[in-house]
Amino acid sequence: MKWMKNAKTYTPPDFAVIRDDERCIRCKACVEQCSFDATFYDEDLDKVWNWEAKCVGCDRCAAICPVEAITIKKRETPYRYNYSWYGHIDGLKKRAAFGGTPVVSMGNDKPYPVYWDHMLLNASQVTNPSIDPLREPMELKTFLGRKPDFVEFKKDGSLKTKLTPQIELNIPIMFSAMSYGALSYNVIESLGKAAQEVGTFYNSGEGGLNKDHYKFKGNVIVQVASGRFGVHKPYLDVGSAIEIKIGQGAKPGIGGHLPGEKVSQTISETRMMPEGSDAISPAPHHDVYSIEDLRQLIYALKEATEYTKPIIVKIAAVHNVAAIASGVVRAGADIISIDGFKGGTGASPQIVRDNIGIPIELALAVVDERLRQEGIRQQVSIIAGGGIRCSTDVVKAIALGADAVYIGTAALLAIGCTMCQQCHTGKCAWGISTQDPHLSKRVNPDIASEKLINLLNVWALEIKEVMGAMGINSIESLKGNRLNLRAVGLSEKDMEILGILPAGE
Amino acid sequence: MKIVKINEDNCVYCHLCEVACITEHSKSKDIIKAFKFEEKPIARCTVEFNYPVSFSSMCRHCDDAPCVEACQTGAMHRDERGCVVVDPDKCVGCWMCIMSCPYGIIKRDERREVWGLSTKCDLCPDREIPACVEACPNNALTFEEV
Repeated sequence: MKWMKNAKTYTPPDFAVIRDDERCIRCKACVEQCSFDATFYDEDLDKVWNWEAKCVGCDRCAAICPVEAITIKKRETPYRYNYSWYGHIDGLKKRAAFGGTPVVSMGNDKPYPVYWDHMLLNASQVTNPSIDPLREPMELKTFLGRKPDFVEFKKDGSLKTKLTPQIELNIPIMFSAMSYGALSYNVIESLGKAAQEVGTFYNSGEGGLNKDHYKFKGNVIVQVASGRFGVHKPYLDVGSAIEIKIGQGAKPGIGGHLPGEKVSQTISETRMMPEGSDAISPAPHHDVYSIEDLRQLIYALKEATEYTKPIIVKIAAVHNVAAIASGVVRAGADIISIDGFKGGTGASPQIVRDNIGIPIELALAVVDERLRQEGIRQQVSIIAGGGIRCSTDVVKAIALGADAVYIGTAALLAIGCTMCQQCHTGKCAWGISTQDPHLSKRVNPDIASEKLINLLNVWALEIKEVMGAMGINSIESLKGNRLNLRAVGLSEKDMEILGILPAGE
Repeated sequence: MKIVKINEDNCVYCHLCEVACITEHSKSKDIIKAFKFEEKPIARCTVEFNYPVSFSSMCRHCDDAPCVEACQTGAMHRDERGCVVVDPDKCVGCWMCIMSCPYGIIKRDERREVWGLSTKCDLCPDREIPACVEACPNNALTFEEV
């Protein structure tokens, strides 16, 4: 018996796998590629079958099938439609059947409004000239770090003011924190290679840095999170900046949990913990219970690295994010990273992912505004992350006040991810969020890094095009330039918070 | 000469190299016809698997090819491309090539009635890039100068 449905724990399958038997050549490529055991071959019947209850809709089988015999379709829920209960019935049944809260991954998938889609960009006409980025120089270079309040020059024209450490980005896009542990070795390798090639940074995430990846020195930001996994002097030295992770957009207020099965030999070495034991990151940093404590941690890290690296503090976008950000700046952070509620995760309880936090657009606007009002905006650079999907999102984020953005999900999509939301299972059929040595081969660092480089270069060109249309030739002139944004279909209050005018005004 | 380079770190065990090889060596060179309506040829490459290692193996076209040495009829020979191939008219099915191949990649095609015929990679003479290399979704096979 290969499979038989158990009615006790039954919930209707989410996907239907439709096979065209006329096309199927029984090559069994799909069988080998399915890491969720949803596809199998029966020799006696010479037939490929699917157990649809196990299908996660990752589309790997359809992608690999050489004869296009497979179609994955979303299955309609069999229950009678009910607006208020729709989307809750299965979840409720699962909790009742298994006695646990469902864990999910990727970002919030609920239909909350996307403010990026309600903002439009400006363009120059007649009174000021637009610029063609293919003919004229355009500057996307960005420096992140604390800027001086004013600059003084010596008589010979050289700079008298001592500048604080900065990190230099060729484009204002970085890869956000995704740990080795959540992602496979090959993905980290690809991110590192792409960051090195393009001249930007990738973030080690909280899982430490594998010794092999020390070669990316100069293009890596190292993270210090509540679990402090893999944090030691050489690790801090490799980073161009150090990020203290206070919160994550997908799961503000809760910690992390890497199951013991994922803690392999190399992960255990990297994280400095016993093999096979669960890696639990507490919800708070147990030495940070106030802004003063955060200041101590920031300066401890600055001391440890002899004040040569900027310190990033990453916070999740929550209700009073502006006040928190203000406190973080006063605690001595050089860069503040805000992660919106649409940001991704390798694993998070569904209730947290889907209900906690606020949109990055609003959080970014209020933080920028608040820091300006308090006169401390120059003391810090702002990185926005969590739900940046395209180059115009980057432009809009920068116009709202960000200095740079973090992309995570977008980078993974570029290298194969289909957002099936199964990262927490460790069985990623695309070889991205897995530690299985056989599955992780599915990401070829050479191909993946090339795709990432392409993505970043294309986005850079698109950003230049849009800036050129607005008549701006430097990303600096776009920063916080909210006059280049107009709102459509937003309420008066939304526009007040975003600090932008309605279209037509 | 160029041969198929095997990068086992990238092999995802999808067998598409075998599928492409069968299609290329079929009568119609059409994937569905080759698999469903014609007598299916043998794949010249074989995907080996022993978790977590997998790779596709096929003829290395050795410089000092033992199979060419071992062949008593001269069926196994080196063609003008430098590629080791079999002349089916000369092959008598003694299988000494199979005995001598250090990689075990020569196969018997049992369907030839009397003599049988040794079957191996011929680097797709009709193509610029061998079919398996083109089909590989993860660059585990590359066509490179050695």
